[in-house]
Amino acid sequence: MAEKISFKLNGKPTSLTVDGDRMLLWVLRTDLGLTGTKYGCGKALCGACTVVVDGRAVRSCVVPVRSVNGKEVLTIEGLAKNGKLHPIQEAFVKHDALQCGFCTPGMILNAYSLLLRNPQPTREEIIQSMNNNLCRCGAHLRIIQAIESAAQEMKGAR
Amino acid sequence: MKEDEFKVSECDYNDGLYPLSRREFLQSIGGGIIILFTVSDAPTAEASRSSKKERPDFNAYLRIAEDGRVTCFTGKVELGQGVMTSLAQTLADELDVPLKSVDMVMGDTALCPYDAGTWGSMTTPYFGPVLRAAGAEARAVLIGLAAVRLKVPKDQLDVKDGVVFDRTRKGRKVTYAQLAQGKRIERRLEQEPQVKSVSELNIIGKPHNRIDAVEKVTGKAKYTGDIRIPGMVCAKVLRPPAHGAKLRSLDTSAVDETEGFQVVRDGDLVAVLHKNPDEAENALAKIKAEYDVPEARFDDKSVFDYFIDNAADGRVVEKGGDIESGHKLAQDVVEETYLDSYVSHAPIETHTALAQFEDSKVTVWASTQTPFGLQRQLTRELKIPIESVRVIAPFVGGGFGGKISNGQAIQAVKLAKIAKKPVQLVWSRADEFFYDTFRPAAVVKIKSGLTDSGKIVSWDYNIYGMGNRGAQMFYNVPHHRTTVSRELRSGENMHPIGTGAWRAPDNNTNSFARESHIDVMANRAGMDPLEFRLNNLTDERMRGVLKAAAEKFGWTPAKAPSGRGFGIACGSDVNVPVALIAEVKVDKQTGGVQVKRVVCGIDLGLVINPEGAKLQVEGGITMGMGYALTEEVHFEGGRILDLSFGTYKLPRFSWVPQIETVLIKADDSPSKGGGEPPIICVGGVIANAIYDATGARLLQMPMTPERIKQAL
Repeated sequence: MAEKISFKLNGKPTSLTVDGDRMLLWVLRTDLGLTGTKYGCGKALCGACTVVVDGRAVRSCVVPVRSVNGKEVLTIEGLAKNGKLHPIQEAFVKHDALQCGFCTPGMILNAYSLLLRNPQPTREEIIQSMNNNLCRCGAHLRIIQAIESAAQEMKGAR
Repeated sequence: MKEDEFKVSECDYNDGLYPLSRREFLQSIGGGIIILFTVSDAPTAEASRSSKKERPDFNAYLRIAEDGRVTCFTGKVELGQGVMTSLAQTLADELDVPLKSVDMVMGDTALCPYDAGTWGSMTTPYFGPVLRAAGAEARAVLIGLAAVRLKVPKDQLDVKDGVVFDRTRKGRKVTYAQLAQGKRIERRLEQEPQVKSVSELNIIGKPHNRIDAVEKVTGKAKYTGDIRIPGMVCAKVLRPPAHGAKLRSLDTSAVDETEGFQVVRDGDLVAVLHKNPDEAENALAKIKAEYDVPEARFDDKSVFDYFIDNAADGRVVEKGGDIESGHKLAQDVVEETYLDSYVSHAPIETHTALAQFEDSKVTVWASTQTPFGLQRQLTRELKIPIESVRVIAPFVGGGFGGKISNGQAIQAVKLAKIAKKPVQLVWSRADEFFYDTFRPAAVVKIKSGLTDSGKIVSWDYNIYGMGNRGAQMFYNVPHHRTTVSRELRSGENMHPIGTGAWRAPDNNTNSFARESHIDVMANRAGMDPLEFRLNNLTDERMRGVLKAAAEKFGWTPAKAPSGRGFGIACGSDVNVPVALIAEVKVDKQTGGVQVKRVVCGIDLGLVINPEGAKLQVEGGITMGMGYALTEEVHFEGGRILDLSFGTYKLPRFSWVPQIETVLIKADDSPSKGGGEPPIICVGGVIANAIYDATGARLLQMPMTPERIKQAL
């Protein structure tokens, strides 16, 4: 059933009338035109669809859009501010922490959420936190390095 | 000298390859300086051509526009392997322009001349050198123009960052942009001009971050599923329960009656269309379909016996000496059988296509490694002229050989034609696992002979179910023979499910079998595995990568099993020798393997982008751990049992070892492709390391905890 859903999307108040049972992923990609969030499996098993809701990384393919009503949603499109890349994005570029790039938005937002709650994670904590995000090209080593380097870069920044 | 010298002779040409005649094609490009060039033919490219007619008179070009920007138009596709960057580096260096002034236009059949496809690690060795030559030719043309403009002899001129200047008077200069203004110069690369010597290179050979990275970290990079066109709908296809199943009855009434949905059927292809893909997917569940499923001939467990029992006699594909005499010379004969399973490509981007008909023309965006191949498939499928089909391959989210046959694009086109509106089809993850062209399961039987001095004297190598890529004997063996059996005695294909190329086809399985067997022989000879290999090798490049890896690793000789968990393996793919040395830890209780460290020695000739090459090595090793340790498609006949990442296990962050890459310095040797070679030895090196750790020899991949416990 169509209902009105309101939330903050990448810092901007957003309202739409939509079937609240539909998954956030598809509402973002179709109704809202934000295609940076990717479909990889539809079962919360790969992490390509990861977005951040109220500071926590979630799998948008299994999150009904109703559940983000009144919350703050961050997608990959909202991470760079005024054309300046976020330090995690910078680090992914600098460390070549990607190949095909399809898992990359989910990787970055999962790392973003990790660094919010644990600004100086150990390597082991990074690995544990990223372990359920899949990359098929094998950029894992670089992704770990990029997150370590971003954490270092962001030290004291907030 | 006059500028007229640079005008080309009139040449009208149309062999049906291009949507436009060559003249029209060139007219459409616009002004500036254009260099047309043809890529030398690789044997595989030759074999893949359907006919002689598929020979284009040129198949890429570069253009220096009136604003000074340089564009390379190529049918190659960026799949994640990094060629957008390495090709831009290649061109920028020869042209002497900043890398950031180069734009790459890739994989669009309307803008780029013919290319056979992006596979076989062929972009760097075959496309790269010609692109260098084209860059050098363009530079020569520009220097010629500058000489006229500046009234200075050519040999007094030099170029830096797209500015031609007089070496004797620095203030006397002209930019490429100025030279290209108001010009319309076409040059055909006829004979290879002088390219830079290694010492003159500034951008080639230097590490560079990927030029597509910023787009990819900001979500701006467009993949096929991100394309939106007015009036388009999304399709979800009804997946049959098994390969070979025939649709017996279909009841779509529950969906037909719902507003906004449309069911489309074309034979056994059934799809639901809706403006939202998720709603189309949900509606599939309301369709009632019954299928006749053929009886299963075998499953993932019985497949190997089935191959052996039913295979046609093998065909000898390679031999030297006389195998029977060789066995007679041996003091010890070693026989073993190696097994490998079906493996999925599992790119994170599932196969996707968007098809749009306009009048009699169709445009298809597709995640594909073969845009021109798809263009030809659609020409046949739709029975329309080739100029009426345009295929565009945007960024592709991983290919690995799995995005060659284009099944999703054919489906999307059929649906769009019937629905009379643009249709975007994104295969679900389950569709992806089902419709994949799997890496074939295979059996390799080896019988080999050993002398008292630790020399391999005979090698009888028998393959069932796949080809012999990677099986070419590089050890010194006087008597050897390789046979391949890929069909059943009945003449039918062995495989009940679609099979195809998978990153270094055949080679992962062949290198696993060979390198495991070499270790078995080293053990029988009482020798250290590295020493045994070197004792049987004179190939200098292979010895080079083995020694480089051993030195980096800090290899100390010991007879396996030493308990250290050290393994070694080497092999060759697309003329690239590669050696891996690994350290593993085996949990004898659980059978679990943790790979701690992998060192790779690899000889890629002149490396274009060292950082990109290392990235491919790391990617290959990481991906390879999947087929080595967990990846295996379970099936019963045509029924695929693994349809999600829940049961089909890809490598994860927690698996990833320390990886160190030694790129052999071979700058005078031609550049080679690095997308496939690094993955070929991962199975062999892990098997050998497990043996060294535990004394258990694994003869079947993947080496799952259950199989390891059994072997212990």
